[in-house]
Amino acid sequence: MMTLTYKNILTSTEDQIGIVTLNRPTVLNALSHELMDELVKALEEFDRDDNIRVIILTGSERAFAAGADIKEMSDETTISIMNKDRFATWDRVRCTKKPIIAAVSGFALGGGCELVMTCDMIVASETAQFGQPEINIGVIPGAGGTQRLTRVVGKHKAMEIILTGRTITAHEAHAMGLVNRVAPVELYLDEAKALAKEIAKKSPVAVKLAKEAILKAFDGSLVEGLEFERKNFYMLFSSEDQKEGMRAFLEKRQATFTGR
Amino acid sequence: MAEETILLTEIKNGVGIITLNRPDKLNSFTDELTFRLQDALKEMEKSKDVKAIVITGAGRGFCAGQDLQSRSISHEEGVRPSLGDSIRRRYNPIITKIRRMEKPIIAAVNGVAAGAGASLAFACDYRIVAEGVSFIQSFTKVGLVPDSGATFLLPRLIGATRAFDLMLSADKLEAKEALELGAINKIVAADALMKEATELAEKLAKGPTKAFALTKRAVNRSMFCDLEELLEYEAQLQEIAGRSDDFAEGVKAFVEKRTPAYTGK
Repeated sequence: MMTLTYKNILTSTEDQIGIVTLNRPTVLNALSHELMDELVKALEEFDRDDNIRVIILTGSERAFAAGADIKEMSDETTISIMNKDRFATWDRVRCTKKPIIAAVSGFALGGGCELVMTCDMIVASETAQFGQPEINIGVIPGAGGTQRLTRVVGKHKAMEIILTGRTITAHEAHAMGLVNRVAPVELYLDEAKALAKEIAKKSPVAVKLAKEAILKAFDGSLVEGLEFERKNFYMLFSSEDQKEGMRAFLEKRQATFTGR
Repeated sequence: MAEETILLTEIKNGVGIITLNRPDKLNSFTDELTFRLQDALKEMEKSKDVKAIVITGAGRGFCAGQDLQSRSISHEEGVRPSLGDSIRRRYNPIITKIRRMEKPIIAAVNGVAAGAGASLAFACDYRIVAEGVSFIQSFTKVGLVPDSGATFLLPRLIGATRAFDLMLSADKLEAKEALELGAINKIVAADALMKEATELAEKLAKGPTKAFALTKRAVNRSMFCDLEELLEYEAQLQEIAGRSDDFAEGVKAFVEKRTPAYTGK
């Protein structure tokens, strides 16, 4: 595996888990262009690596990411910011085929919160704070916040969070269904790893196709989604993992999945 | 007294000592004093040199709660203050900080603790109390609702029956009874109070402070999980009480040193 060196992130692997750690501590991991480019490269690298089955995206205890890099943006005009097309990088995060678990502690604000919601599952420390404070600086979420938050927590809660710019605690986020699990700050990363390891044991083909089908529920109609799901379901019957999984079930033993 | 000295802090041997210092006013809370106390708690939470905290009062009172003089001024001007906002900005952050800070906090109760002053003592992890001291839920005396966590903390410390009685009667809860009810840890002679409290704090400071922090976190989860929700609810109720004729009359009667004539409105 070719290992790229990065300036704004750290990457590591643990068993079959690829871990990306946002690492701009002096600016609470503000999401600069350069950081986002590196993040996408790291995700694509893990996505191609057959030894990796699940990806964890995390920050520091103090901050997952406090937002976009406002310094980079403050002088942009409509035309200049459109031409830079910064969100093209963000769209590539969404294209990651393997499941991504966000392990969040401290601030996940603005772009940080949107990046978290682009992930597939969220494990939060008790100290995590989520919010879309863009309204406070005269803009709105631009990396999917109005769409993803609304789909997760519903119109009324999303309106309140985005229109007031107020932050919510990990426990509130959990109650709203935004967060999968809440753990003490000393343990949130372990909790994310435990979840990742559990998923890493499953058939990677089935995991990928399931993720793809779940995400499909967000675009398009139910009928299209159901058809898409069915197609992916049928497709799995050409995999060895399906044969092995069902055989092991009938033989009452643990399945060994190979990803073929 | 100069504003700078209304709250004193000292850090020694791993212990942070916070002294409310308006002795001529029984250390009652002005806006400034509540904000100074918030800042002091924040600093001590951050400081690596502070492993345990003692809160006490200078002179013969621990803390008499809200300074009613500052309330009566706005009433005289015909303004009914928004008590809800005052509580949200001034008192609730103090109570939340004391409970959520993962360092043990000892109230060294040197004299009377009334109103929000009693709530302050109840929010702490330990209460070491000087002989003869009493706690008073004085809120209803002036037509208000117990606040700063009193309706949450006192029933949990001594049970709802006696707590409700104390809140409606505004009678003194004497140290002796408080000890029998399990509301305080210890009664000591007045001149031994600070020695006892600092010795306890120094002992805690030398202990396994991470385990202590985690224990406080667990007790918070077990006992004080919805504290913030109730603090907000108290603020709402106090907003209602603060708009009442009874409160206006209560403060007026207090300042004029006469019995208030309440109407229930």
